[in-house]
Amino acid sequence: MSDKMKTQKTEAPVGRFSGLARELFTGNALIPVLAVLASFLVGGILIALSNENVQATAGYFFARPGDMLSAIWQSVFGAYDALFRGSIYNYHADNFGDGILSLTQTLAYSTPITIAGLGLAVAFRSGLFNIGGTGQIIVGAVGSTIIALYVPIWPGPLHFLVAVLAGILGGALFGGFVGFLKATTGANEVIVTIMFNYIAVYLLHYSLTSWLKAPLASNPQSSPIPQDALYPSLAGPDYPLHLGFIVMLLAVAAVWWLMNRSSVGFHFRALGHNPSASKVAGVNIGRTYFLVMAVSGALAGLAGTSQILGTEKYLGTGVAATYGFDAITVALLGRSNPVGVLAAGILFGGLRAGAVTMQANQNVPIDIVYVVQSMIVLFIAAPPLVRSIFFMPKSKEARA
Amino acid sequence: MKTLKRGAIRVPIILSVLTLITLWVAAIAPGGETTIQINSNATATGAAGEAFRFANIITSTAFSAWLTFGLTLLATALAWWFALTGRVASRWLSIGFGVVFVFNILISLFNGQTMTITALLHGSLSLAVPLIFGSLAGVLSERVGLVNIAIEGQLLAGAFVSAMVATLVQNPWVGLIGAMVAGAFVSWLLAVFAIRYVVDQIIIGVVLNVLVIGLTNFMFSTFMSANSQVFNAPPRLPSFDVPGLAQIPVIGPVFFSQTPIVYLMYVAVIGVWFALYKTRWGLRLRAVGEYPKAADTVGIKVYATRYRSVMIGGALAGLGGAFFTIGQSLAFGKEMTNGAGYIALAALIFGRWNPIYAAFAGLLFGFAENLQYSLSTVGSHVPSDFLLMLPYVLTVVLVAGLVGKVTGPAAAGKAYIKS
Amino acid sequence: MKLELRSITKRFGSLVANENVSLTVQPGEIHCLLGENGAGKSTLMNVLYGLYQADGGEILLDDKVVKFSGPGDAMAAGIGMVHQHFMLIPVFTVAENVILGHEPTKFGGVLDMAAARAKVREISDQFGFDLDPDAIVGDLPVGVQQRVEIVKALISNAQILVFDEPTAVLTPQETDELMAIMKALRDRGTAIVFITHKLREVKEVADKITVLRLGKVVGEASPDESASDLASMMVGRAVDLEISKSPAKLGDLSFVVSGLSAVSHSGTKVLDDVSFEIHQGEILVIAGVQGNGQTELTEAILGLMPKATGSIKLNGQELLGRPVKQVLDLGVGFVPEDRTDDGLVADFTIAENLILDRADRKPFVKGLNLQLKYLREFATKLVKEFDVRTQSIDTKAGKLSGGNQQKVVLARELSRELKLLVASQPTRGLDVGSIEFVHEQIVNTRNSGLPVLIVATELDEAVQLGDRIAVMYRGKIVGIVPSTTPREVLGQMMAGITA
Repeated sequence: MSDKMKTQKTEAPVGRFSGLARELFTGNALIPVLAVLASFLVGGILIALSNENVQATAGYFFARPGDMLSAIWQSVFGAYDALFRGSIYNYHADNFGDGILSLTQTLAYSTPITIAGLGLAVAFRSGLFNIGGTGQIIVGAVGSTIIALYVPIWPGPLHFLVAVLAGILGGALFGGFVGFLKATTGANEVIVTIMFNYIAVYLLHYSLTSWLKAPLASNPQSSPIPQDALYPSLAGPDYPLHLGFIVMLLAVAAVWWLMNRSSVGFHFRALGHNPSASKVAGVNIGRTYFLVMAVSGALAGLAGTSQILGTEKYLGTGVAATYGFDAITVALLGRSNPVGVLAAGILFGGLRAGAVTMQANQNVPIDIVYVVQSMIVLFIAAPPLVRSIFFMPKSKEARA
Repeated sequence: MKTLKRGAIRVPIILSVLTLITLWVAAIAPGGETTIQINSNATATGAAGEAFRFANIITSTAFSAWLTFGLTLLATALAWWFALTGRVASRWLSIGFGVVFVFNILISLFNGQTMTITALLHGSLSLAVPLIFGSLAGVLSERVGLVNIAIEGQLLAGAFVSAMVATLVQNPWVGLIGAMVAGAFVSWLLAVFAIRYVVDQIIIGVVLNVLVIGLTNFMFSTFMSANSQVFNAPPRLPSFDVPGLAQIPVIGPVFFSQTPIVYLMYVAVIGVWFALYKTRWGLRLRAVGEYPKAADTVGIKVYATRYRSVMIGGALAGLGGAFFTIGQSLAFGKEMTNGAGYIALAALIFGRWNPIYAAFAGLLFGFAENLQYSLSTVGSHVPSDFLLMLPYVLTVVLVAGLVGKVTGPAAAGKAYIKS
Repeated sequence: MKLELRSITKRFGSLVANENVSLTVQPGEIHCLLGENGAGKSTLMNVLYGLYQADGGEILLDDKVVKFSGPGDAMAAGIGMVHQHFMLIPVFTVAENVILGHEPTKFGGVLDMAAARAKVREISDQFGFDLDPDAIVGDLPVGVQQRVEIVKALISNAQILVFDEPTAVLTPQETDELMAIMKALRDRGTAIVFITHKLREVKEVADKITVLRLGKVVGEASPDESASDLASMMVGRAVDLEISKSPAKLGDLSFVVSGLSAVSHSGTKVLDDVSFEIHQGEILVIAGVQGNGQTELTEAILGLMPKATGSIKLNGQELLGRPVKQVLDLGVGFVPEDRTDDGLVADFTIAENLILDRADRKPFVKGLNLQLKYLREFATKLVKEFDVRTQSIDTKAGKLSGGNQQKVVLARELSRELKLLVASQPTRGLDVGSIEFVHEQIVNTRNSGLPVLIVATELDEAVQLGDRIAVMYRGKIVGIVPSTTPREVLGQMMAGITA
């Protein structure tokens, strides 16, 4: 009798390919794409609404509706055209070299976002909410700045390597400390990381106005990083692409291996799905919490080094910018899967790069990126919402 | 000796450490004098003025520092005595210690200057208003089972909408209503995604904050800043004295000569407390936050209760946001809440999900923030960054368990799925 | 009030939980709903109580069709329920819990706690419950909590009362008292639905019995029928209620616990000077009502209670003070009482669950690299050996039935080189087929010469499985007796009375 129950409950065998096919047919694989589309749609509405021509033509919409429609088209098309030119290829440029600058900018922007996103993905899959990307990036950046500026005793490449390691270590310690607190006192990591972000921001500000401040600078910022501590450029001085991009690709592979193929990642995932079963199976929960947060923080710290030693080349108060939040959205959009995170990171890098052009050419404030980005996450997180927007059938689970 | 309960000596140990700090402060106290002015400056008070004034106290800074050190030493000794004889020390001992401790540090910082008590408190209250409203939003949301990371977004939306609406209709009261609607709307979004779409509440909170920042920044840049006379010059809510109460020395000018938003806040704190613990509404609300299924089985509508409570909270947070703009006659500025929502979250945890305690925690954090301004005006050399950090550090210390185990409502953060 | 359910059907996706179930309960009648775990009893009652909406059929009260869109409607119509998992809020007082949902108020919304207290006292006095309205529910013993649950069900003058597996958490004495309460309620004219799978209780109180199997009514029975007839109706085939077990062949003394004590977070003593020993080839059952320290005992053995004092020796080696990992390495096999919480990772595949405890061990890992090929071979072999019914080793453990999940846990634990097997309520919530399998595995383990420690809350299982029985009460071992000890004596011991 119990056999009957079993056949009802167990799933049909699902191979890798048929799983993919089913995802495509039921639209699960389409959701991220549609979420991005829907968000751009919302962004377009905002752009149109804020456009002065649109507002002006709206006044006589009923007399000449065509005016307003063309104004809407121009504003939205203009903005997204600028976005494309700023992020992928600028076809207005005189030569290929100048045109492709946009793409390299996208890749440069995507480097810290993706690396920090990988860190978040590791934490998410291990059941920990690391909201502390901002703080960990800052501490990592400060660490590598100290080595780069004040410990110049090593010859060139070694100086750079040690500076990067210091950044990784800084992030790992700052993140690991949260894991340590959670393991020993049960402190909720969400609260602690949020608080640590602010503590890090104020510590950074304090440091940049006191001991780390460049002697002659009027703003709170450090001295420029010396050449031998910088990420080597990949495509010459005209392009922002640096070795950090390769490091990012390596990090993607490393995280994939860690989470899917290593025993450490096995324990991370087990902890994420069921801490008490992991405990009973002999996993040292406290140490694993620490390790997860340390790895997550280390990646955030690495992201910090790519900012300081690769892109900005000095330490300023804006080092973490919005990367802490970007990392969360990238990890969510990429479903905490390393390759997905890479794709999401490049998408958001493109948004950042393109937004600059959009602001300069079309007068669309860069803040539109925040809106689009958070809309993407909202849609991703709520597939039923996307389905209803695009009139798709309900998923199998929802029907059941 | 009787077996000591673990943790019984926690308080005396902490007090001992803090006493060492007071000793250090006393030892390095500068040789000048500090003037302590208790009442408000006569010119700054409302028309009625305080009923009577205390004389200014001029004291040797070093003497005061040593005196306060002596008091803290005494309190610590008492705490040890209580702990070792197995008695429970009164909470007032810790509170009294805290006041003396703060005084000890302040007096050294204000060396050679005038420390105006009412000004310190008044400034603290002002900065605490949004924090307290925000923490009430948190209380109403978490008590019903939804973690509210989006307080920041609710405050910011309130600030933005109140400034714009008040300017457009040239009426600050309508702006207040707009703020409440805006805050409630953000919390409605939180509830929809958390309840209907079962999205993780922390994710949705973080994302909503960024969405509100993005939207307000975008609108600020596209039309608000360019036409600030049309969109962003809110009229001020007139402040007024509460007859009678405003004349009470010290308390009057601090608490009862304020804008209506502050009075609304008093009402809100007491009201939320009363509603939570003394009414049917509150009992059901808390039941939903502790064990939604149990509430469901006695016919309480879990989802409706959650929506309602979260949105009322959002409306309160909106009021808190309005304090940034029409409460102080300021135009809206990009990201002007500047993390107040996260401090409100901290105050909520500090206040153990109780509206009254959370309000006091908000005051404490407001005090820390205000200190930074007061000290910079007297030219103190304590880096303001460290004072600004204080609420966050305190919260980490708290959740890491130094002050005891902090647990919120049992079902907070967990989606309730009806089958 | 008369209750009638007509052709109730309830589906969850493709799973049919109730199919055309009909049932009539007269006022003044105790109607037993008998069935195995997973037969659909609770689902049916949740439909009646408005928690689920039926996909077909109707509910009639006194011959009138009613529709409940939620529990509120059911309560208003006079239906009360004593839930299997108490629907009580631990941080609320007794009075607050009881009035929740129909609070006495004044001034249109302000709680009238005086009226609430009076009401609690009134009902609790009727049954001699002696409840303190201001006690915090979380601080009360389970038996008392159930009384709160009963008062709560009665407060809205329920005419129909549903008891959902109410005896699972009670001592035999408390069970007797509950039976008396049910009879008293019946004699007042209340219609009672009593959900259970325990034949003994059915025979004691039932006026009428309806047997449910796989979501369908398989028949009605009278309480006069023999237990084995009821059992075969319930299971659908003849079942042997006895476990076949050869006499124990005791080997050397192997597992010795002495003077084990432990204190909980809140400072209460959860283990109080616990001592016992087990020989090789012997099953010792720890019997007792849930929550008397059994969980803590198994946790202490496993190394999850680092602050416990005393001694736990396995073949001369001290286990206490070692981390879980080392305890497992020393040959302790552990089947936790809550397999979904502690035994398995529901989102992991069967294969991954089979190496949960050894993912960092050779040959499953080289360096830090998981050896996936080896893992698959290993998992395929175990799945076959332990008869886990699944299409693939890549199926998520959470998708398996309870019985198959328990087989995965057993497979993992028994495939290690064991020196001791500890199993906590290993058959809880399983269907009869799986129960037989689990019992067989346990007996085989014992026959292979290992000491076995079983925690059992059901007396039947304790008596049948154990070679000896140690009864625990409030963290203490009340006594260790042979399994031939009369049930009445065991029952008294479970209530803390030493023979």
